[in-house]
Amino acid sequence: MNGKTKNFFKATIDVLPLLIPVFPFGIIFGAIGIELGFGPYVTYATSIIIFSGASQIVFFQLLSAGASSIVAITSSSVISTRHLLYGAVVNQYLSNLSIYWKIGLSYILTDQAFAVSNEYFKKNKKDKFKHYYLLGAGVTLWITWQLTTIIGILLGSIVPEELGLTFTIPLTFIALLINYFRKIDHIIVIIASGVLSVIMYNAPFKSYIIFSSLISLLIAYLIVKMRKQKS
Amino acid sequence: MNIWISIIVAGLINYLTRLGSVLLIKPQKLNSTLKIVLNYVPSAVFPAIIFPAVFLDDSGLLVEFNDPKVIATIIACLTGILSKNLTLTIFTGLISYWIILFF
Repeated sequence: MNGKTKNFFKATIDVLPLLIPVFPFGIIFGAIGIELGFGPYVTYATSIIIFSGASQIVFFQLLSAGASSIVAITSSSVISTRHLLYGAVVNQYLSNLSIYWKIGLSYILTDQAFAVSNEYFKKNKKDKFKHYYLLGAGVTLWITWQLTTIIGILLGSIVPEELGLTFTIPLTFIALLINYFRKIDHIIVIIASGVLSVIMYNAPFKSYIIFSSLISLLIAYLIVKMRKQKS
Repeated sequence: MNIWISIIVAGLINYLTRLGSVLLIKPQKLNSTLKIVLNYVPSAVFPAIIFPAVFLDDSGLLVEFNDPKVIATIIACLTGILSKNLTLTIFTGLISYWIILFF
């Protein structure tokens, strides 16, 4: 195996443990899309076009609750802003790549692909083919997400509504936050955002997600500032 | 707006947050405070999805404290804190919800 395929398949293996939660998440998303009434084609299309689980669920949940398209788009975009950080970090290792590589790799720069690639890049700065590692991790995740969405769509049409499958939406997002539950600064931001969203729930156009997110990010900013002054 | 147009716009913006930062942002130039604040994005956004889904009913009113969703959420949070396991957290929450709901 040459360096390219070696890196590609090493990434495929390294990313496997991170795929375990992607399985239920993808299946849940597919099933919820059907449960909320978006049909198989629209549900599946978001997995190709948006390709970001959290953004996809919020997008559907808001639209089905009667939010306007602008609010649904804005809210799912607020969630995507975390990718700004990934791109900036990855860029310091891949700045020599052609624009075509950058266009392609950006599409598969997901949470999981970023997590394993960042570790690999840190240790293998001089590897000429290190971008094949990100490619391998990204493609593996992409295929998994597409397959699990399809499984979810198929399951969603047979699971009865009485099971209350939409309750998996808050559960999934709780699960995505478990790593922050032991950090007091994050808990402050989490509770602030949650309480604000309940208070502002009746704001026009279901804009509560946008407002409570932005205010809590401001609180996060103040916490970071205060900590910097102390140290 | 047509659902397909909305999906394409949402997809484009989502993609541009990744591509734009790869092409434009030089990490050396990214303000260090901003870098840290971006880490808080999940903690700032996700609760705004969780809380209304758990604590409000279909008409937007606060539910009782002993509502099945509230109890199952508490169980899920405890599972998450103790196990740090994503899949286990989701399934413990869902199964305890079903147990309260159907038994």
